[in-house]
Amino acid sequence: MQIEQTEGLWLYEHYEFSLAELADLSGMPETELREWVDEGVLVPIDPEAAQWSFGADRLVTVRLACRLRKDFDLEPHSVALLVMLLDRVHELEAEVRDLGAKLPRVLR
Amino acid sequence: MKYKDYYAIMGLDRKATAAEIKKAYRKLARKYHPDVSKDPDGEEKFKEVAEAYETLQDPEKRAAYDQLGNHQPGQDFRPPPDWGKEHGGPNFSFDDIDLSDLFAAFSGSRQRAGQDGRKVSMPGQDYEVNAHITLEEAYRGTELELNLSVPEYDENGLPRRVQRAIKVRIPKGATDGQRLRLSGKGGKGMNGGRDGNLYLNITLHPHPLFRVSGHDLYLDLPLAPWEAVLGATIQVPTLSGGVRLKVPPGTRAGQQLRVAERGLSKPHAGAGDLFAIVQIAVPTVVGDQERALFKALADGSTFNPRGHFERS
Repeated sequence: MQIEQTEGLWLYEHYEFSLAELADLSGMPETELREWVDEGVLVPIDPEAAQWSFGADRLVTVRLACRLRKDFDLEPHSVALLVMLLDRVHELEAEVRDLGAKLPRVLR
Repeated sequence: MKYKDYYAIMGLDRKATAAEIKKAYRKLARKYHPDVSKDPDGEEKFKEVAEAYETLQDPEKRAAYDQLGNHQPGQDFRPPPDWGKEHGGPNFSFDDIDLSDLFAAFSGSRQRAGQDGRKVSMPGQDYEVNAHITLEEAYRGTELELNLSVPEYDENGLPRRVQRAIKVRIPKGATDGQRLRLSGKGGKGMNGGRDGNLYLNITLHPHPLFRVSGHDLYLDLPLAPWEAVLGATIQVPTLSGGVRLKVPPGTRAGQQLRVAERGLSKPHAGAGDLFAIVQIAVPTVVGDQERALFKALADGSTFNPRGHFERS
């Protein structure tokens, strides 16, 4: 069996994707992504810019939105609501993790 | 090929109506979908449910599945003669494939054929894999070897299971929950479509000393009471070797001492910080001389740690 070598790219907000790249990577048509921007699922780095660009971490959100849309058969408004609620859950989980990290362990 | 009982997976009767199938799927999706469920086995269970639903909700695929007959789950079986010719085309082979690949190939061949019979280009499938690494590996960057069992399709859209070994270089900058994209390492594209991507979800193993929050690290720093009162210079472990940390006199329990840029590296630039959280440790067993010294301190000190009790 041949071993393929590869280097990865962090999906981090400091890297940027164009709308076309985001559409290509997620398999979603650009028109639908524009609808998600209207619904607030996706926020461009500068919404006023002629050409939108997005933090690379937004790809994670788009992939999540795609999965929810397909697996639960949702229309754009419901996707937006669910993505917003899941974002809040993830923020709260991160806060709990953060507090857990700051909490000293009991000395033995 | 191993048999899977799609009806049993969805808790349905073989005579279930389309509405019953949809209802059962929605209920199970809410219960097991990895994005909304807390069930540790949710992802695996949802995959089974989604695979079963994918086939049962499509009348053509369901009819083909029903023609496979009724077998025990996990039992090796061969479809009836002519089944492959009727549903998969000539040259169909049942070796090295999974039932899910078989039915995925169904819809694939329908889509690829297009309305006018021309072959439509299709991007390859994206794969998502969970990767567990240690804190040290995240700090330095590491290499992982992934062994994936994935379907590959020939020019007729017929599936075959193949083993793929991919050596992945995980650059510095990882932290818990971070995603890495490996471009073009997913499934092969069809008819000129691009290859899919491979996404790695990074999970860090718990570390005996350091706790992680984003790119910052937290370490408990136990001090003897006299070190906290008088101040001290303490050797503190970090992921890149020990550093000498100055503890100022009068340090209290719970105070955080920051060691700049000794956390995990950030992908774009710089690094998180290391925070040492002070704890005041006391000896549980003391010798006669120590006891006498503590007694002398107790007798001679005017310190009242509970002054605020009296004020309130």
